Amino acid sequence: MFAVTRNASDGRKRARLFSRTGASLVRIIFSLLITFIGLLLVTFLIGRVLPIDPVLAAVGDHASEQVYQRVKEEMGLNLPLWQQFFVYISNVVQGDFGTSVLTSNPVLEDIKRVFPATLELATLATIIGVFLGVPAGVFAAINKGKWPDHIVRIIGLAGYSMPIFWLGLMGLLVFYLKLDWVAGPGRLDAFYVDFIEPTTGLMLIDTLIEGDMDLFWNAVSHIILPASILAYFSLAYIARMTRSFMLEQLSQEYILTARVKGISETRIIWRHALGNVMVPLVTVIALSYANLLEGSVLTEIIFAWPGLGLYITNSLLNADMNAVLGGTVVVGAVFIGVNMLSDVLYRLLDPRARR
Amino acid sequence: MRRLIAGLVLGTALATTPMAAQAETPKNALVMAFAIDDLITLDPAGMFEFSALEYAGNTYDRLIGFDNDDVSKIYGVVAESWDVSEDGLTFTFKIRDGIKFASGNDLTAEDAAFSLQRVVLLDQSPAFILGQFGFTADNVKDRIRATDENTLVMEVDQPYAPSFVLYCLTAGVGAVVDKKVVLEHEKDGDLGAEWMKTNYAGSGPFALNKWTAGESLSLTANEDYWDGAPAMKRVIIRNVKEAASQQLLLQKGDIDIARNLEADQLASVKGDENIKLLSKGKGALWYLGLSQKNEFLSKPEVREALKYLVDYDGITETIMAGRAQTHQAFLPEGFLGAYNENPYSLDIEKAKALLADAGLADGFTVTMDTRNTTAVMSMAQSIQATWAQAGINLEIIPGDNKQTLTKYRARQHDIYIGRWGPDYQDPHTNASTFAWNPDNSDDASAKPLAWRNSWNPGDMTAEVDKAILERDSEKRAAMYVDLQKKVLESGPFVIMFQETEIAAMRDNVNNLVLGPSFDNNYYRFVTKD
Repeated sequence: MFAVTRNASDGRKRARLFSRTGASLVRIIFSLLITFIGLLLVTFLIGRVLPIDPVLAAVGDHASEQVYQRVKEEMGLNLPLWQQFFVYISNVVQGDFGTSVLTSNPVLEDIKRVFPATLELATLATIIGVFLGVPAGVFAAINKGKWPDHIVRIIGLAGYSMPIFWLGLMGLLVFYLKLDWVAGPGRLDAFYVDFIEPTTGLMLIDTLIEGDMDLFWNAVSHIILPASILAYFSLAYIARMTRSFMLEQLSQEYILTARVKGISETRIIWRHALGNVMVPLVTVIALSYANLLEGSVLTEIIFAWPGLGLYITNSLLNADMNAVLGGTVVVGAVFIGVNMLSDVLYRLLDPRARR
Repeated sequence: MRRLIAGLVLGTALATTPMAAQAETPKNALVMAFAIDDLITLDPAGMFEFSALEYAGNTYDRLIGFDNDDVSKIYGVVAESWDVSEDGLTFTFKIRDGIKFASGNDLTAEDAAFSLQRVVLLDQSPAFILGQFGFTADNVKDRIRATDENTLVMEVDQPYAPSFVLYCLTAGVGAVVDKKVVLEHEKDGDLGAEWMKTNYAGSGPFALNKWTAGESLSLTANEDYWDGAPAMKRVIIRNVKEAASQQLLLQKGDIDIARNLEADQLASVKGDENIKLLSKGKGALWYLGLSQKNEFLSKPEVREALKYLVDYDGITETIMAGRAQTHQAFLPEGFLGAYNENPYSLDIEKAKALLADAGLADGFTVTMDTRNTTAVMSMAQSIQATWAQAGINLEIIPGDNKQTLTKYRARQHDIYIGRWGPDYQDPHTNASTFAWNPDNSDDASAKPLAWRNSWNPGDMTAEVDKAILERDSEKRAAMYVDLQKKVLESGPFVIMFQETEIAAMRDNVNNLVLGPSFDNNYYRFVTKD
């Protein structure tokens, strides 16, 4: 069913396709631009109506009134709101996202540091979630109403409802303190923190680039627990959705036809039914991946994981608006990127979408 | 497919089997978990945060220091000795020979003068500590100057108590920076302000290795430190916000010291024979600020009643678990003139009688803006319970730190439960905020704590101004005792506790020094067995 019929000789059709692609590309870019400006505007307004004084983060509670007023002016907070926004947008257009008050670094540099930490964790968690969640869902569906189904559903329900804060601490207590299977909070042992110069910012990749296997395994032993805990949550969701999609497919007539034709049950389940489930499943997986990419604040706090979630939350609580807006752009871009990725996957998985 | 699943199971099992054995931390390195996300700048001219001051205290030399156990003993650090002129207006410091910056440059009086001038010229948060001696951007280059390689002269505008001036120089603003290095990185006449936020130009026992905001801070030992090289060649501070995570790291031996354990964690590490605790009274005070704009709180009887309605012992023992001790006057124990009597204790009947005197026998309802951290919320709940016994209905409004503070600073609170840390070691720092308020109008140019609570301390403002000019230490101390008693009696502050810092450390760590403020927490003497 994945066979593709190409009409390679039809050059005109292709040319038309390209010009159509060109026009739609312009449309896409334009709508992206509007989306981002809208996103920034809303975030900006929310930031300004927060009952938190942004000057406080910069000068602290003890500064004299005179310093306070001077810094307030320097930060442009005396200008009318629309003007503040306009100044910000025109800087952003020139690629300047401003400086974070909390870190004294340019926001872009901060994001280059915190986003890879989240990306690494979210990707690993999603991979684990998919590779365990999808088979579990299928397994539950084909054993509907029997004990394997109940087990998967109970595990799923537990994963969905257990507070991550508690689960994370318990995980550390058992696997780190008692059993010594994994390393503790942080991306590397504290003593190694200066040994790695970030190239990609992804610890697993950077350590490999440096060719230091000790550091690589150290990074693995640090990431495996938080990734598994995040994975548990996406696993629970993915397994549940897979199960219900599968149940729907297995009751379809083409499955009955296949069975009547004498195709093996394994092939029917993994090839025919799962093949059709893949398309809606990709949407589910993409959504859960995008959610993880926003950063999970509680996980980041417990595991001392300097990721995007903590960065944005901290900045928001201090009304550090440059950082918040920069983070918002990243989250927006992530959602758009993941959406595009799932579009591409649709085309691969669903022959109808290729036309 | 079956092979794939088998592979996955095996892979997961492999990935979770013990990795390299968890060795303890190296003998010549100190590894610490510390909530350092308040660190926003590394520049001594701009810093006011605990972690920043602690960093600067270990990486920069200051002109003057004081004995952690007896703060009245002031000694020279960069300044070897000093003279105060007869009229009390001119301070002359002799700069110590043989101090070198990390860059290799010699530290001279020129660097010291530049450092102080820089604080005033940049006019950032801590600049007022020097500004109160009459230094302004216009006059500071004349009034603070190096007359030769080894002599620093400082001319103040009034004959202040010498201890006042000297204590201010023990604060972070007294850190000496490397003039040459800083000016090499100057941009558009900013005196290196941008660069210094994330870089280092000092001469202290440790030098900055790397700061990754929100993640870690690491220092390397200065092998040529003039007062002896530290035993620890590296100090690594990892930002761990969560106290429970700090506890696990410490129990496992992956860190040497955990800095932010709370009551629960302290209780559970107490039985661990590999862990010991070190505590030190800090200067910070926990207090309630009672807005005098509130019709109930502005009654003197109510203010007094509330002071009888705090379960001081219960809170220090259970909620703070040793991290606070009862202290009710505005000068923390250890300060010149500190009044260490605590006249108030929990007395519901007395409070009820006072409320009845105020015509509020049936109680009243009032709100309290409260930071949503465990310790502060628990304190607030204890207070809520004791007040209820006297018929006062306290509504707790939880909020994030900056949120509650914003409201407090705008005078929009009824009650604010707060923590106030002194800015420097002289009594004036707290007197000038708890007992001084020259202008109680909404648009005042100075906004001390008295102002935030809309309280006019009357004559006390003038007394505070007079106390800094009293050059006889004993008389000066007596003036502060008098001020503290007055504030205790009539002030809109229910000062409750003085903070105690507790560091939990592995058994093999010795000689960590905790001082009365974070800038006197020193790593340089630390050794490990």
